[in-house]
Amino acid sequence: MNLTPLFQPKTMVVVGVSQNNERHPANVIYNKNNLRQAVKVFAVNYRGGLFQGETIYRALGEIPRKVDLAVIATRAEFVPQVMEDCIRGEVGGAIVVSGGFAESGRRDLQEKITDMAREANFPFIGPNCLGVYAPPVVDTFFIPSERIVKPDPGKVALVSQSGGVLVDHLIRFSSEGVGLSLAVSIGNKALIREIDLLKYFAEDPATGVVAFYIEGFGENEGRDFVLTAMDCPKPVIVLKAGRSQGGQRAVTSHTASMAGDYEVFSSVLDQYGILEARSEAELISLCEVLSCYQKAAGSRVAIISGSGGHGALAVDICAAHALEVPPFSESTQQSIRALAAEQIRNIASFKNPIDLTGSAVDDDFVGMARYLSRQPDIDCLLLLLLPYLPGISSDLGARLSLVYRQEGKPMIAYVPHVEKYRMLIEGFQLNSIPVAHSIEEAVQMARGLRRSQPC
Amino acid sequence: MLTAAMEKILTDARETGWVMEPEAKRFFSLGGLDTPRFFWAKKEEEALQVAMEIGYPVVAKVVSPRTPHKSEVKGVRLGVQDSQELTTAFQEFSRIEGFAGMLVEEMHSGVELIVGAKIDFQFGPVILLGMGGTSVEIYKDVAMRMAPLKAKDVVSMVQSLQGRPLLEGYRGQEPIGMDKLSQLLISFSQIVMEIQPVMETIDLNPVFCTFSRALVADARIFLKKKPCGGLPLSLRLPLVEFQK
Repeated sequence: MNLTPLFQPKTMVVVGVSQNNERHPANVIYNKNNLRQAVKVFAVNYRGGLFQGETIYRALGEIPRKVDLAVIATRAEFVPQVMEDCIRGEVGGAIVVSGGFAESGRRDLQEKITDMAREANFPFIGPNCLGVYAPPVVDTFFIPSERIVKPDPGKVALVSQSGGVLVDHLIRFSSEGVGLSLAVSIGNKALIREIDLLKYFAEDPATGVVAFYIEGFGENEGRDFVLTAMDCPKPVIVLKAGRSQGGQRAVTSHTASMAGDYEVFSSVLDQYGILEARSEAELISLCEVLSCYQKAAGSRVAIISGSGGHGALAVDICAAHALEVPPFSESTQQSIRALAAEQIRNIASFKNPIDLTGSAVDDDFVGMARYLSRQPDIDCLLLLLLPYLPGISSDLGARLSLVYRQEGKPMIAYVPHVEKYRMLIEGFQLNSIPVAHSIEEAVQMARGLRRSQPC
Repeated sequence: MLTAAMEKILTDARETGWVMEPEAKRFFSLGGLDTPRFFWAKKEEEALQVAMEIGYPVVAKVVSPRTPHKSEVKGVRLGVQDSQELTTAFQEFSRIEGFAGMLVEEMHSGVELIVGAKIDFQFGPVILLGMGGTSVEIYKDVAMRMAPLKAKDVVSMVQSLQGRPLLEGYRGQEPIGMDKLSQLLISFSQIVMEIQPVMETIDLNPVFCTFSRALVADARIFLKKKPCGGLPLSLRLPLVEFQK
């Protein structure tokens, strides 16, 4: 099945556009694409007429061009007829926005359109979904364009069973500076499911990380999903909802009692090298770090800070995430000490974590980072930066980024996110170095690098 | 590959819905897993004779299709020292609901593990390994992986257990034979892949692990209520008949 027309359409019809109701989902979708996206869009309604002076075509057959994508936003009972027209008219694929299918008891109607599409090898997303958000080409979310918070273009593809959760994630992506390649809301996922999108994004050159919000898989669907993810050369992240359900049934077998739905889900994901985000916030952190570093790294972390307290807190959180903070040998400590400025040499601590003290200057951080980047027994650097120290300048982010560019060892920075320190943060972000809001988040990011390798 | 004898054990159990211990253990023994010597005695004299052959002390367990948890009905005696104790045990067991004989078995010890399997709705056959015994569900120190297992999966399962030091020789104890455990888990997962259309869950609990052996000391197989296709015809047909 060719999914390209769904994500990169040149022409699109919106079926169900009303002559006078501007808030109708079909009208919202028609409008935003007509005025703001590159796709050429046509309105369709069997009643015909005009909407904002533009023609509403009575039938698909009247459209003067070949149609790549049909967005269907009619009442559920009309959807089978529209889909039949799409198939006959050789439309490339469809997004069924309409609700009123399996989610409200009309499994029969859903099966009807699914069987029809499967037989004709016709790809469709939905029903009961928001569809595809792929600016500047197309955006089928029925949210007025002035209300949507747009993340920057980037490497993460986001797939969600829930449209609402997906829009929330776009807002977070935007506020955290995580770039998006494409977002898809799959709703009832009658035909196109997570696994189809995983296969598509594995090949998509614009996507470097694939993230999913999943409520549950069908029978044996999880098995196929993890086996596909194992072959995907890009990091795969999953946020699972419904973790607290299940496992409540009384069972005779010890195994059945301990291997609850979620326990199995979580274990199998880990077995196949898929990262599980345990909260919404963690999903964002993982997306951010993996859009910077797609290669898995080990679990040995070196910590550099200007405060002993920050280092100590980070060590505790690392331990909780099974990350190592290996103590440096005497000779390593001596070498590092020799790099430090005269005034901190006798007051700083050069074990791991390194505490450069409040008297440290930019050069101390840069020197340590460069030295540790060259150590083969360190997998990742955690830089806990306190922009309020008198010897730290706003240029430090950019200077440390240069170290990464030259040495290639993944680094994760923590900088308090307030406007006053924006320049320091930008120094990292412009160079694709992830910047965390908290020490906890920085450690979560380090955990993301360490994901287990597929078996 | 399932042997005809293994298939018969499964088909014979379809009425009760589960394969109880002596038969489940024989099933895995036929499948190449290591088990202690055991005998299902239906009469007291048989039990006494077998115990003589095995040599005291022995283990005595009740056989009853109505009791999946034998220890909960006081149906297990460890370290039975002589014929008198064995006779008493037999008489007491005979009053347990569904009594169908007594299992007389070689006495063994070692690190107690649980090895289990479940057909998960989303992921299909899944294998569980954990610290075993009767307190498994209290500590819940378990690891799970999708079957079939590879040697690498076994290593990571053992590594993730809290009780790992006990397996590696805690405080001067002999470590368990990792190769033996690995062999057991991999063969077990292959059997599970074969019988997945008819099984629901399996508990091997405890599995006694020592340096030289990994022994299945107790086993039970719960069968699926509605089996589906994919099994050899000989096994599938009677099950279909049963559904009617």
